[in-house]
Amino acid sequence: MTVTAGRQVSQVVVTDLKRTQIVMYAGASGDYNPLHTDEPFATEIAGHPTVMSHGMLTMGLAGRVLTDWFGHENVRRYRARFKAPVWPGDTITATAVVTDVLTVDGQRRAELALTAVNADGVEVLSGTATAIIDEEA
Amino acid sequence: MTDVPFPIERGHVRAFARALGEDADVVPPTFPIAFSQFDPDWPLRMKPGEPWNGSGADAGRSSGGTGGLHAEQEFEYFRPIRVGETLTARKRQGRTWHKSGRAGVLNFAERHVDFHDADGNLVARSTSVSVRITKEEPS
Repeated sequence: MTVTAGRQVSQVVVTDLKRTQIVMYAGASGDYNPLHTDEPFATEIAGHPTVMSHGMLTMGLAGRVLTDWFGHENVRRYRARFKAPVWPGDTITATAVVTDVLTVDGQRRAELALTAVNADGVEVLSGTATAIIDEEA
Repeated sequence: MTDVPFPIERGHVRAFARALGEDADVVPPTFPIAFSQFDPDWPLRMKPGEPWNGSGADAGRSSGGTGGLHAEQEFEYFRPIRVGETLTARKRQGRTWHKSGRAGVLNFAERHVDFHDADGNLVARSTSVSVRITKEEPS
């Protein structure tokens, strides 16, 4: 697929987010803040409706639209801004759109804008990225 | 702060990738955040003999939230990270700035972690932006 400015890919990166996946992320990332995994703490102490997903889990999930498209080794920059909380039960759709294609040091690179929304259409993350375009893919 | 080794272990990488819904030996672009596991100063894990604020017999207690909210995150790569290598992590403070918001003054602070390989070459850089809200501008 030729990568040109304006081309975009959308992907559902999680459906009905489970608390177990949040626990898996806590364990692997090392962010054990109890507001992410501890229901009594999250509700009674933090005052949230339930445990809140890690923003970094949302960033990791949304990043799959980049890695599935360009390949893990070709993502050279990925920046995200956390816009709204993500909760268990959420379904998140990530969209990446090519904003520019540049040649740097003989390599073609795509500049991208990213957005991730929940099932209500609320933007939970926005971002930008740079990916090397593997011409053989 | 001194340099801290960050071994890129296959099991750790796989556990992290699985948490993102992947089931292959791939290094996700957000993996450097998991350096936390090796950071001796990382506050968000239980440490032997130290109090923890999560629930047990009761619901727990607030940590006071002094660290601020994680507002933005960036990862830059100069080459891919490879499973089996050991990187060296070096933390440093970045820019600070503030702006006025409805809730008060938003105080932004950047923190970088640079990851170098055994040859001293920069492999990746993590940049975290946190925001702390105060009533007035810090003097």
